[in-house]
Amino acid sequence: MNGCTERVYNGLIKENPTFVLMLGMCPTLAVTTSAINGVGMGLSTTVVLVLSNMLISMLRKIIPDSVRMPAFIVVVASFVTIVQFLLEGFVPSLYASLGLYIPLIVVNCIILGRAESYASKNPVVLSIFDGIGMGLGFTVGLTAIGLVRELIGSGKVFDYQLLPLADMSTGQAGYVPVTIFILAPGAFLVLAGLTALQNKMKINAAKKGKKVIEAAGCGEGCASCAGCSKTVFPTGNEKE
Amino acid sequence: MLSEIKLKMSSSPHIRSKTTSANIMLMVTIALLPAAAFGVYNFKLPALVMLISTTVSAVLTEYIYQKLMHKKITVNDFSAVVTGLLLGLNMPANAPWWMGALGSVFGILVVKQLFGGLGQNFMNPALGARCFLLISFTGQMTTFIYDGVSGPTPLALLKSGESVDTMGMLIGTIPGTIGETSVFAIIIGAIFLILMGVIDLRIPGTYIVTFAVFVGIFGHLKNPDIGFFDPQYITAHLCGGGIMLGAWFMATDYVTSPITKTGQLVYGALLGILTGLFRLFGGSAEGVSYAIIISNLLVPLIERVTLPKPFGKGGEK
Repeated sequence: MNGCTERVYNGLIKENPTFVLMLGMCPTLAVTTSAINGVGMGLSTTVVLVLSNMLISMLRKIIPDSVRMPAFIVVVASFVTIVQFLLEGFVPSLYASLGLYIPLIVVNCIILGRAESYASKNPVVLSIFDGIGMGLGFTVGLTAIGLVRELIGSGKVFDYQLLPLADMSTGQAGYVPVTIFILAPGAFLVLAGLTALQNKMKINAAKKGKKVIEAAGCGEGCASCAGCSKTVFPTGNEKE
Repeated sequence: MLSEIKLKMSSSPHIRSKTTSANIMLMVTIALLPAAAFGVYNFKLPALVMLISTTVSAVLTEYIYQKLMHKKITVNDFSAVVTGLLLGLNMPANAPWWMGALGSVFGILVVKQLFGGLGQNFMNPALGARCFLLISFTGQMTTFIYDGVSGPTPLALLKSGESVDTMGMLIGTIPGTIGETSVFAIIIGAIFLILMGVIDLRIPGTYIVTFAVFVGIFGHLKNPDIGFFDPQYITAHLCGGGIMLGAWFMATDYVTSPITKTGQLVYGALLGILTGLFRLFGGSAEGVSYAIIISNLLVPLIERVTLPKPFGKGGEK
């Protein structure tokens, strides 16, 4: 497996931002009331992630270490603004349903996390593929959650009424939607359920003797990545 | 020759109670039977179907989960029966039976078993299930058909300022969920539990008194037509809705109520205030379920604050 496909595999499966790293929970829980919202949010984030990873990787030798965070934020915010205008112009319905969560992509910790732990230390092409992998992983995660919530909570799949609804007034039999799934508690229930399911699948695969590759780099999620090469939290012992 | 004294050595505890979870749960089940029987008399066949559906599915869910997870099967401790029966008593008789079954699966699987089974659940499984259903199927869960007519519950009438039949509320010939209508039947069960030493008056007593005081004061402040501590208004509030069933059978659940004595008083008072707030100032007429599950979540905090100090600790510094 060469570096680029490895990056995509890493983002999709091994370090899936939604189910493994548990990053970006705010949009994950808030916008996944339907599958199409999940896709929209996931793809918007992917675009921002790929572009910001690319630019930050290009500029990694120019950005001084001490101001890297503000620099990353400026880069990410610019791309988010572009994506926001494009969505507003071309898919106004999606823009309306995602609403506030589009500008919030700026502070999505997946994007800053990848900039900090990957793009700022690796070459441009690999960083782009890292962005693609992580973005697709996020998109798959959000779409899966949205799909389950939409199906159980309203009987629809991508806005198509898959399960005909029951009508209480005429007594017509059919599916009675479990509304709680498109409300806030449903997001937690479905996220927990799907995470458990993918853990089970990974454990089963490991039992069958398939080699499950340990996470690349530090072997942990981004949250614990601080110690890899840069000291984020100074201990006071560094002599620089 | 030294005489040998035979001493039996064993570690504490030296005095053991014969009470087990199984026979406590069995007594709670027996205590719920009057309310269940009255519910079936009051709402006829649909009520019986609902009670059977919730109870059977609660037990089956527990059995299947433990079987699949290779855990010890604890179905015969009656706790799943109590959960199922309580949920059934909290359902409107005219709701479809599968709704009750779905609630039981949620209560047992998500609220109880996923958190570690009996003794580990963070809120009352029956009430967790009821709130799950209430949010999901608001329409069916709040439509009460009595004598073939769909009508408002006495609490809804009370909220809109109309008069109610207090005697009917005591006996139970009013619309409502299966088990909550008859105050008499619930009190019979509660007296049995108190006599058997399963529950004491601390939680239900503080709950009911706090609630009565709250309603007495704020009922007047909210609507000046109702007198200050108007006895009829307070009685109607105490006999209507799920407060009796909640106070005696659900707030007293061992797992989700505080152990410390002061904690139990705080918990009871909190329940009373929350129920009063929800009923008088909330959007819907009833608020017992939410009051109990919110208080359930606060139990660890209450216990931390009211933990008694061991002798010799915490004196003058």
